[in-house]
Amino acid sequence: MSTATTSGSRRRHLNHTVVAIVEDKPGVLMRVSSLFRRRGFNIESLTVGHSEAEGLSRMTIVVDGESAPVEQVEKQLYKLIDVVKVSDLSNEDMISRELALLKVRCNNVNRHELLDIAAVFRADVVDIATNAVILQVVGDEEKIDGLIKMCEPYGIRELSRSGRMAMVRGTKTTTVHDQEPEKIARIHASQGRRVEGDLPFSSD
Amino acid sequence: MTRMTGAQITLETLQREGVDTIFGYPGGVVLPLYDTLPQFPGIKHVLVRHEQGAAHMADGYARASGRMGVCLGTSGPGATNLVTGIATSWMDSTPVFALTGNVARTLLGKDGFQEADITGITHSITKHNYLVMNPSEIAMSIREAAHICRTGRPGPVLVDIPKDVFQESTDFDWPEQVSLRGYKPTMEGHPGMIRRAAELIDQAKRPLVISGHGIMWSDAHHELLELAEKANIPVITTFLGIGGFPESHDLSYGWLGMHGMYYANMAADAADVIIGVGMRFDDRAMGRFKDFNPTAKIIHIDIDPAEIGKNFPTAVPIVGDAKHVLRELVGRVQERKHPDWIRWIDQQREEHPSLHIRESRRMLPQYVVRTLYEETNGNATIVTGVGQHQMFAGQHYFYNRPRQLITSGGLGTMGFELPAAIGAQIACPDQETWAICGDGSFQMTLQEMAVLVDQQLPIKMAIFNNGYLGMIRQWQQLFYERNYSSSGLSQPDFCKLADAYGIRAIRVEHKSEVEPAIREARLYKGPILLDFQIDQEENVWPMVPAGAALSETIEAPAEELMR
Repeated sequence: MSTATTSGSRRRHLNHTVVAIVEDKPGVLMRVSSLFRRRGFNIESLTVGHSEAEGLSRMTIVVDGESAPVEQVEKQLYKLIDVVKVSDLSNEDMISRELALLKVRCNNVNRHELLDIAAVFRADVVDIATNAVILQVVGDEEKIDGLIKMCEPYGIRELSRSGRMAMVRGTKTTTVHDQEPEKIARIHASQGRRVEGDLPFSSD
Repeated sequence: MTRMTGAQITLETLQREGVDTIFGYPGGVVLPLYDTLPQFPGIKHVLVRHEQGAAHMADGYARASGRMGVCLGTSGPGATNLVTGIATSWMDSTPVFALTGNVARTLLGKDGFQEADITGITHSITKHNYLVMNPSEIAMSIREAAHICRTGRPGPVLVDIPKDVFQESTDFDWPEQVSLRGYKPTMEGHPGMIRRAAELIDQAKRPLVISGHGIMWSDAHHELLELAEKANIPVITTFLGIGGFPESHDLSYGWLGMHGMYYANMAADAADVIIGVGMRFDDRAMGRFKDFNPTAKIIHIDIDPAEIGKNFPTAVPIVGDAKHVLRELVGRVQERKHPDWIRWIDQQREEHPSLHIRESRRMLPQYVVRTLYEETNGNATIVTGVGQHQMFAGQHYFYNRPRQLITSGGLGTMGFELPAAIGAQIACPDQETWAICGDGSFQMTLQEMAVLVDQQLPIKMAIFNNGYLGMIRQWQQLFYERNYSSSGLSQPDFCKLADAYGIRAIRVEHKSEVEPAIREARLYKGPILLDFQIDQEENVWPMVPAGAALSETIEAPAEELMR
């Protein structure tokens, strides 16, 4: 579930960004990750957090498009009872962002240089010590890859990347509109199988 | 609102969900439940001898009746013993409800005595599962699980309840409705797609229906018959779809696949429009995917969207309930005749009569099945294990009603026959039920004979005893140069074994004894075991070797026909 730091943009092109709105229940992350393992879909990154609706979490999953047709990924996700909605954002006009924290080695001599680089990437300095700084950067993967590359000569002591989060531009949303209970009850009443009672063929 | 223990709530909820039978086995953590069981006389408990048997019985019960089957096991080994049965139900999409106990909440995750993470273990073989951590959640969890289990594409569910949750008391509050945001099976097919499908069927020159297990679960056999007759479409079924279309019908051409009929495989390979309904284009049915009939346009009707387009590109995908979609299709398609196409398949059947049984003095397994078919007037429910006997039972008995053949297709679980037959007989007590057993398969679950005696079930067990794991031996003969490595079995004396359980048994050693033995068994009121000492090295034909295409179906070689 790590983000590849070295993959180029050509590789990224094959990736799909899928957003799943899931019930905020124990075990749901395992159900999703276990499904991906079982079906042989490779996860490039996966992030989870609360969504705008209470009781629902939002997962952003980046799937290696070569390992699975994205349509199968969507359909298999939908089969999980705890998955309420799935959207493939790959063909949408979307914003995708990642956050990274980098602890970079530096000293009194080269700190300024490093801070200049950070400024170019609009990275914030969130901690500073005599021989290291922590930079916080937000952006798409290419930007973060770029900052990492620039920091490498100084020595990256620690790196933590959040994985991709994504949202479609404009008014379109990936949200779940709660249906009124009556409607759900009606669906369940009409869709429940007629399995109880006499068998239709017992006289055969 | 009444105050009840978790155990009482569990049984009350199951009863309200229409459960009348539980197949189970007690153990430490489910003792509170067993202590409460006598308070619910409406629920019959069938004491099994191994939890795998309980899961298969629940499965057999479900397949025979269409209702949800319920099995129960204790924590740890009780729960893990259910796993094979749950996986069997998962692969064949049958509504099995597994209830397990677990260690007390304070011990969960601490590796306590007889603890197993059964919800974790069964994630990938259940539609959904629940670990209920509070007695107030029992009723809703069971209701949701039961709803998930028997709606949409049916499938197993598991509800795991820790011991102290069974014991704790709470106010019982009956949840009036189930509300699941993430579960809304599509029942009605898309009208535009149905219209396109009807157009395609109208234009077809060589249309073919391949119908599957879904026909039983959506109760769609009448609609299927209407469609086939109105548009004059030949019908073949998958192995699990047997009985969904009457095999005595003029338009029925058997079933396709690895041991399907030659003409069924050829028809599938020659059709220009294939209507796959309630089936999933499995590899055992379709042969090598890339060489399966590349020109056919496929109309795929299934309630599970994930099945559509999984193995083959689909010309017209229709997600919906088979009954509903077929009814719509019947209304839209035009009346047609396809005399040339049907004549072509008839001719294939004449030239390659896959179900012809040759004259032989040996006791051929095909002959035993065919005699059984004739003696039972084709009315018995047949339950099989897995192996050669399963294929012979599928081929040489002819099935005219849904749910008549009960068999483990997807997972291929040996040992399925006896417990599943018990479940089927309990679900349909008036139905003549035969368990066709392999000598190897039978030995995997034979302890359930004790249940036959306990419950006084008039099940007829027919053991196809050739002293081999027959299907394994056949593959070793054909593909491993007759290296019969570990496929020969030493046998107990099955008749003495039955006798030890208090079950009557007849050994059948000669062909001439087959018919009288079957007659005798049918007249006998109780359980009975017939040990058919069949020909040892008979093979199942036709055959599509693993990895071959349907068009490469092999028939019995001449030297075998001389035997």
